[in-house]
Amino acid sequence: MSNDNDIILSSATSMSTLTINEVSKDGFGYNPSVGPQSNIITPEASTFLLSSKKSIITNNPNSIYDKNIINKKNLEISLSSLAFLFCEMVNWCHSNSKGIQDLETRLNGLGYQVGQRYIELIKLREGFKTNKREVKIVEILQFIHGTFWKAIFGKTANELEKSQDVLNEYMITDNVPLMSKFISIPKEYGELNCSAFMAGIIEGALDSSAFFANVTAHSVPITGYPLRTVFLIKFDDSLSIRESLRS
Amino acid sequence: MKVYSIYILNKAGGLIYQNDVNPGLNRLSANDYLVLAGTLHGVHAIAAKVTPTINGKEVATNEYPNNQNAILLASGKLQDSNSNKSGLQSIETDLFNLYIFQTLTGIKFILITSPNPVVHNLQQINREVANKGELNKQYAQANEIFKHLYIIYSDYVMKDPFYSLDMPIKSSLFDTKVKEIV
Repeated sequence: MSNDNDIILSSATSMSTLTINEVSKDGFGYNPSVGPQSNIITPEASTFLLSSKKSIITNNPNSIYDKNIINKKNLEISLSSLAFLFCEMVNWCHSNSKGIQDLETRLNGLGYQVGQRYIELIKLREGFKTNKREVKIVEILQFIHGTFWKAIFGKTANELEKSQDVLNEYMITDNVPLMSKFISIPKEYGELNCSAFMAGIIEGALDSSAFFANVTAHSVPITGYPLRTVFLIKFDDSLSIRESLRS
Repeated sequence: MKVYSIYILNKAGGLIYQNDVNPGLNRLSANDYLVLAGTLHGVHAIAAKVTPTINGKEVATNEYPNNQNAILLASGKLQDSNSNKSGLQSIETDLFNLYIFQTLTGIKFILITSPNPVVHNLQQINREVANKGELNKQYAQANEIFKHLYIIYSDYVMKDPFYSLDMPIKSSLFDTKVKEIV
């Protein structure tokens, strides 16, 4: 340990040089010979943490943790890296899954968590004055179709429709789904649509807003848009009762 | 320039993609295509070892420059044409032209196109060549196509979770994009 103020960051190289009897000079930091007990914040550790000017997460003042979360500017990330990340996510789910249905469920589950968090963030960024809580199905769907979609994918979705035959069913259509833009499904995978992840995002957002729904993604290609995807949103039956009480 | 066929070879010389975009070539059997791909791969490797000499003296060949990647992105060519690191780049015959582009990772794109336009009046081309580089025009066009092919390859093949490396490309999206650029 070169400096008293240095926090021991666990990395592959530093871990390999540790012996079982090693104790940090400050008595702070994870000690493999003691186990989880060593991570307990003692008075000494807390004074050390408070006196240290460095943040544990990162020393870079421009890091994402130090920026204002209410950022009105459009934050952009590289589509390529997103596509590669999503590619690996699909691969990972695929290697764990038992079948096509299972794969879609897993992708949906991953998206669900994103949706739950994202709706919170978007509502916060909308600002406290203009922010209001949607209570009607049509209103929340317009919010998803417009603001929500724009915040995530940089554009609004293409269509928003109500199902003719089935009550409580709505459809949001995206002609070029951003996440699966580069993915072409082999024939042997049949009806699989990787936009199940996006369906999960919608489901998470709707569930968090107390509009309990089941969202699935279906490929409906038309000429010019081979990837056109319809997100079928099926709301819970209890919602129609709530809706009728309000109107 | 009319593009007859596009082939893509993996780094071991196996044919992973074949698309006859325009009719004009005789069909071969599936096995013959693989043989053709393997042969080109071998010839390309041999050609890369052939060192040019000037008046019997060997030309000093530099190792790959540090800014290799930047050069590749800017020019679309692996090397400048005076060194022979790039191996076989083109074959020009009376019946067809064949162009090869190898990426840094060893993937080869092969293009078979119509031959250079025949110019009957020799006097006239000499003047034209001096002015416009008429004979190099096809080569430049082929390089332009390679650049686009490389881009859509990295987009629609490498970012597809259902594609396994070095295996035949079956992506239907890639097919449509290839047809669009040709």
